[in-house]
Amino acid sequence: MALLQISEPGRSTAPHEHRLAAGIDLGTTNSLVASVRSGIAATLPDAQARHLLPSIVRYLADGARVVGHDAKAVAAQDPLNTIASVKRLMGRGVGDVKALGGRLPYEFIASDSGMPRIRTAAGDVSPVEVSADILKVLRERAEQTLGGELTGVVITVPAYFDDAQRQATKDAGTLAGLNVLRLLNEPTAAAVAYGLDRASEGVIAVYDLGGGTFDISILRLNKGVFEVLSTAGDSALGGDDMDRAIARWIMDQAGISDDADHAQLRRLLRDACAAKEALTDAERVDLKVELMDGSHWEGELTRSQLDSLVDPLIRKTLSPCRRALRDADLTPGDIREVVMVGGSTRVPRVRELVGEFFGRDPLVDIDPDKVVAVGAAIQADILAGNKPEDEMLLLDVIPLSLGLETMGGLVEKIVARNTTIPVARAQEFTTFKDGQTAMALHVVQGERETVESCRSLARFELRGIPPMVAGAARIRVTFQVDADGLLNVAAQEQTSGAHSSIAVKPSYGLSDQEIESMLRDSISHAEDDMDARRLREQKVEGERVLEAIRAALAADGDELLEAAERGRIDQATEALAQACDGSDAQAIKAAIARLEKTSSEYVARRMDAGIRKAMAGHKVEDFE
Amino acid sequence: MPPESVKTHFELFALPATFMVDGEALSARYRELQRTMHPDRFASAPDRERRLAMEQAAQLNEAFRVLRDPLARARYLLELRGHRFDDEHSTTRDPEFLMEQMELREALAEVRDSADPLARVGVLMDQIGARLKAMTDQLGDLFGRDSAEAQREAVQTVLRMQFFRRLEEEARNLEADLEDELDGP
Repeated sequence: MALLQISEPGRSTAPHEHRLAAGIDLGTTNSLVASVRSGIAATLPDAQARHLLPSIVRYLADGARVVGHDAKAVAAQDPLNTIASVKRLMGRGVGDVKALGGRLPYEFIASDSGMPRIRTAAGDVSPVEVSADILKVLRERAEQTLGGELTGVVITVPAYFDDAQRQATKDAGTLAGLNVLRLLNEPTAAAVAYGLDRASEGVIAVYDLGGGTFDISILRLNKGVFEVLSTAGDSALGGDDMDRAIARWIMDQAGISDDADHAQLRRLLRDACAAKEALTDAERVDLKVELMDGSHWEGELTRSQLDSLVDPLIRKTLSPCRRALRDADLTPGDIREVVMVGGSTRVPRVRELVGEFFGRDPLVDIDPDKVVAVGAAIQADILAGNKPEDEMLLLDVIPLSLGLETMGGLVEKIVARNTTIPVARAQEFTTFKDGQTAMALHVVQGERETVESCRSLARFELRGIPPMVAGAARIRVTFQVDADGLLNVAAQEQTSGAHSSIAVKPSYGLSDQEIESMLRDSISHAEDDMDARRLREQKVEGERVLEAIRAALAADGDELLEAAERGRIDQATEALAQACDGSDAQAIKAAIARLEKTSSEYVARRMDAGIRKAMAGHKVEDFE
Repeated sequence: MPPESVKTHFELFALPATFMVDGEALSARYRELQRTMHPDRFASAPDRERRLAMEQAAQLNEAFRVLRDPLARARYLLELRGHRFDDEHSTTRDPEFLMEQMELREALAEVRDSADPLARVGVLMDQIGARLKAMTDQLGDLFGRDSAEAQREAVQTVLRMQFFRRLEEEARNLEADLEDELDGP
C-alpha cells in the first residue's frame, strides 16, 4: 500500500476495510483515548459518559487492579496502594525518585535493573507496569466503543521527554498489548487538532502545561506540513506543583506539621487541587481541613493569594519559552497564534502571564484536556492507512542534545537539540592508549558540557579493535534517532570492521526479554494464547507485505523489472500467500523474509523512481 | 549499495552544486520530498520498508540542514571539491583576526560587569551577527570566482566563521542566563 503511494501519489488505492486506530493521551493526572469516526476525531467516553480517566491505579491484595475514578475516590484512604502521577517516574532511576523526595507518598524499592519499583498489596510494580494498566483500560474502552481490535495507536509524550522516558512509554504500550504506531509529542498533537480546524498557515506557539510536565513548541504550518522549529520545557513541572504550593500554604496557615501522615497529605493535596479549580471562576473559596486530632481548621483562599502562590511556577515556564524562540531565531512578535494545552492552562493567571509574554490572547477554544488526544487520533487514523491521500505531515525534533562522554568527563555533542528527526549522524573517535583493544562508550543526553549534569542513557563497549598505536584506530560512532525520537547507537572500527551497537535502553529500563515475559504473564492462558497471538501477528504482517508487493507490481512491475527478476518475485509472493493460509507462524515469517530479500533491489529502484517523480518538473535551471 | 546513498546533498534536491541557493525553493522541495519519504508514509508498510524510509528521511534531513546554512553549505562544497577539514588542527594565523577574537571574548567576559548587561550582550550579538553576514557575502563572492586562490581563501573564511559561530553560541547562552536571572529564582 505504501509502495503504491510512491508511484501513484494522485490515485486512490483499492478500497480496503477501515482500520481501527486510536490516539491516547497518557497524562500525569488524567488520560484519554480518541478516535476518528465518520471523519470526525473525538474522545471516547466510558459507560458513565466520562471522557477523562484519572491516571490512578489501586492495587488490591488479591492482585486485582482498580483504575480511574474508583481508584481516585479511595486514594486518601489507601495511599500506599493507590498510585497517582506515575508519569513523573517514567524512565527515571532510583536516584531521580529520591530527588523527588518525600513528595510522593509511596514505598520505593530499588530493583536489580536499577528501575524503581513501588511496593503495593498486589506485589511490587514498576512505573511502566502501572502505565500499562492505565493503557489497558483505555484500550478496552476503545475496542468496545469501536467494535473490534485496534490495528494501532499513537501515544503522546511531552515534547521534552528524553530518550529514557520515551522508551518507557513505548514499553508500557507494548506491555498493554498495543501496536504503537508512533510516539507523538503532545504540543505537536495539539497543533494538529487546531491546525486542521483552521487550515492556518504561519508560525504558532503551543504552550502545554499539564499535571506534571511543561512543554513549549514553536511550529511552522505550511500546506499541511507541521514543521516543529524548536521545543523546550521542563519534564517535572505542572499543576501538581501548584497543588503542592497551595497545600504548603494551607499547612502553614493551619499549623499542620511537616510529619503529617500519608492520608493527611493526600487529603490536603485533594483540597488544594479543588480550591485551585474553584478559583478558575470564583474570586474566593472557603477551605475546611480536618486535622489529625479530629478538629477542623477553616479559612479562605482568594484569587490574588492563589496568584501569588503560583506566580513563581508560571514564571519558571517563561524561560523555556524564551529559549524555544531563540532556538527558532524568532521573537514573540513573529508568533501568529498561541495555543493553550493542558488542564493547568485553565488557571487564569497562566493565561494572563502567557498572554503578556507573547503579546496576544492565547487560543483556548478546544478543551485543553482533550485537544492532545484528538490530535493523536487524527495522526493514528492516517498512520493506520485510512487516509492515503492525506497531505498532512509532521516533522518533529529531538528536544535535548545527544552526545558521548569523552576524556575528562566532558560531553561531545553528536546531535544538537532541535534537530529534525529522523536523523543519522556519525562522528569518528580514536584510541588514547597504545595497543588499546576495547573502547567504552557512554551515551548521554542534555545541554551541559560535563557528564554529571547530563542524563546518562546507556553504556556499551566496542571490543576487538586491533592493537595499534594511540590515535591510529578510527572508530566511527553513528547515532540514529527514529521518528519516535528513540535512539540507536552503533560503533565500528573502520580498519578492522569490529562492530557493536545498542538500541539505547536506559540502564533502569526494561529489557526486551522482560517485556516479553511480562506479556506472557499478563495473558492468563499462557502458551496457547501467546502462540495464537504470534500467528495472528505474523498473518497480519504477511498480508501487509502481500498487499504492498501486489499493488507495486501492478503499478510498475513491468516497467522496472526484467522477466527473470519478475519471475523470482512472483514465486516468492506465491509462497508467502500459501504460508499465510497455513497456521505456522515460523513459516510465514520465513516466507516474508524470503520475499523481502528477493524484492529488495526492486524496492530500492521504486524509492528512487518515487524521488525522481517528486522532483519531476523541477529542472536545475529553476534555481539559477 | 542503493543508488540514493551515493547522491550528494545537491543532487538529492536536484540543485546545482553552487554556494548560492534559493532558500524558499529549497524549503519547498524539502517539504515535497518529505511527503514522499517520511516514515509516517510507511507506518503500515512492512518492517524493511519502514527502515528504508527512515534512512532516506534521515539523509534528507541532513542534506536540508547542510544546504540551508551558509557555513555548513560552504564547508560541504569545499569538501566536495576535495578539501579535507581537520578540525583538531585547523587554526588561523592571521594576527588581525586573532586580535579581534580576543577582544570579543574579553568583551563577552566583561558583560556582567557593565551597567546594563542585557543591552551590552545585545550589542555584542549584533556585532557578531554583522561579521557573520559579511563573511557569508564574502563566500558568495569567492565561490563565484573559480580559482585555486579563491578556494584557499574560502577555506580560511569558513574557519573564521566557525570561530564566530562559537562566539555567537556563547553570547546566546549568556543572554539566556541573564534573562532567566531577571525572572528571579
